[in-house]
Amino acid sequence: MAEAATVHSKRRITNLVMTSLTAICAVFATSVLLIIIGFIAYQGISSLSWEFLTDTPKPVGEGGGIGNAIVGSAMMTLLAAAIGLPVGIAAGVYLAEFGKNWYGNTIRFIADTLIGVPSIIIGIFIYTVVVMPMGRQSGLAGGLALAIIMIPIVARTTEEMINLVPNSMREGALALGAPQWRVSWNIVLPAATSGIATGAMLAIARITGETAPLLFTALNSRFYNFYYDQPMSSLTVQIYNFATGPFEVEHAMAWAATLLLVGFILVINIVVRYLTRKKY
Amino acid sequence: MAQSSTLGDKVYRTILFAAATSILLIVAAVFYMMVQSSMPTLQRFGIGFLWASEWNPSQELFGALPFIYGTVVSSILALLIAVPISLGIAVFLVEQAPKKIAKPIAFMIELLAAIPSVVYGLWGIFVLAPFIRTYLGPVLQDNLGFLPIFQGRLTGIGMLTGGIILAIMITPIITAVVRDVLEAVPNTQREAALALGATKWETTMIVLGNAASGIAGAVVLGLGRAVGETMAVTMVIGNSPQITASLFEPAYTIASVLAANFADATDELYLSALIEMALVLFLVTVVINGLAKLLIMSVAGRANASKHT
Repeated sequence: MAEAATVHSKRRITNLVMTSLTAICAVFATSVLLIIIGFIAYQGISSLSWEFLTDTPKPVGEGGGIGNAIVGSAMMTLLAAAIGLPVGIAAGVYLAEFGKNWYGNTIRFIADTLIGVPSIIIGIFIYTVVVMPMGRQSGLAGGLALAIIMIPIVARTTEEMINLVPNSMREGALALGAPQWRVSWNIVLPAATSGIATGAMLAIARITGETAPLLFTALNSRFYNFYYDQPMSSLTVQIYNFATGPFEVEHAMAWAATLLLVGFILVINIVVRYLTRKKY
Repeated sequence: MAQSSTLGDKVYRTILFAAATSILLIVAAVFYMMVQSSMPTLQRFGIGFLWASEWNPSQELFGALPFIYGTVVSSILALLIAVPISLGIAVFLVEQAPKKIAKPIAFMIELLAAIPSVVYGLWGIFVLAPFIRTYLGPVLQDNLGFLPIFQGRLTGIGMLTGGIILAIMITPIITAVVRDVLEAVPNTQREAALALGATKWETTMIVLGNAASGIAGAVVLGLGRAVGETMAVTMVIGNSPQITASLFEPAYTIASVLAANFADATDELYLSALIEMALVLFLVTVVINGLAKLLIMSVAGRANASKHT
């Protein structure tokens, strides 16, 4: 009888210890997030100024800013979105509407594979097919690398969103005599638009934070550059260069640029979550 | 009318088909270009490239072993830290916490995955590395200093810092997959266990056991991410091609040697050696991700598996 009691209390203690441990894990991970964001805000805010946001990098001690990096990041993200969104969405529509066969399964598998490929490898690929033939690094190369990263992500989220559209809508339109492409384009796609748009926003947030594929495709530039055939600066590469350099002034600028970048990415993520909150 | 609609269908379908096929062509082109660009070292060193340990580009000595070693050790380190924590978080979110608490915590952990790699690198250099140098490192050396892995110079920059940064980065990924896997386990299992008098934790162990292959998939997926992670590791691991037992010493990974040295590789053989390592990394991540997908699919079903890979 006493033995049974000790077994019972042992089980209860194990239960208590283990369930508390899992709660500690959760608290630990959330505090890591808060610590990281806290440091970025604390360190970054002191260097933020109008001059910092509009100026170009200058020799150490003369101030300078990241205006050209902001423009470069925006231009390359824009180019990537202009290519990646239409191709990705079209591929996603194909997978959802016509992809329930071996070919669709193959594309699906390959797309997932491409999502898992480290982004630096995409950078090397673009280096061999764009930078080497052109003879120099360029905003075009950087934008193309980002587009390749974007396509499979957009394709898979688009497919998922279209699959959520009820089949009765398709059947209704087909029964009224609409051809299949009309059904897909005028009925199904509009119904999935908000889902596809949030997926697109998350994909844009993701590529804005990419560094590795830009290192030797877009390279960097100390000046404002509005032409895609020239090397182009980006926020992420600029942060990398500032952070790995020896000067404290530059470290402070790295934190400020990070505040801007992380702020942008987190705002997109939070807005998307707010807009889609009903579904979860 | 019927004519034009079938034409419309054909055009529409062809455009979509081309877009879908572009994904296939991109992957094929990536593979082809990397094989072609690494031909000089493939032909000169053959398979021995992978286990040669000398790396000195100025003397045309190219061995990939230090980078493979660094990649493997930093990834294992990351898994050792991240897997128990991720399992704990996922169990807490699915099995224990009330929905009101679970939702915001789950969202915050997802946000960890949205933070760019270079930001983790910055944070690693200026916050984590000094912390390891002044607090964690001395504590480990004082108590466990007899172990070779904790001997050596403490600079804060090295294998351990890389492993910890990787652990933070893969935790949200493993957590998300394990959550889905646990949610896919039917509630009747929990009810049955509780009805037999099992405690909450014993019930959880039964659920975890039945979700084992899905959890294995989550771990393998985390491994794939750790192996390919580039910027953060490049910024904190020290970038030195050496094989040492000490976790405090600088090391190098495949991804980080690509990030740090590719721009300087003007010589054809040097460039070829780097691209051959990129090819190895590409093939390894493809295999790892494929395996992860199969494992997760076996538990959570198709839709969930595709969401994460």
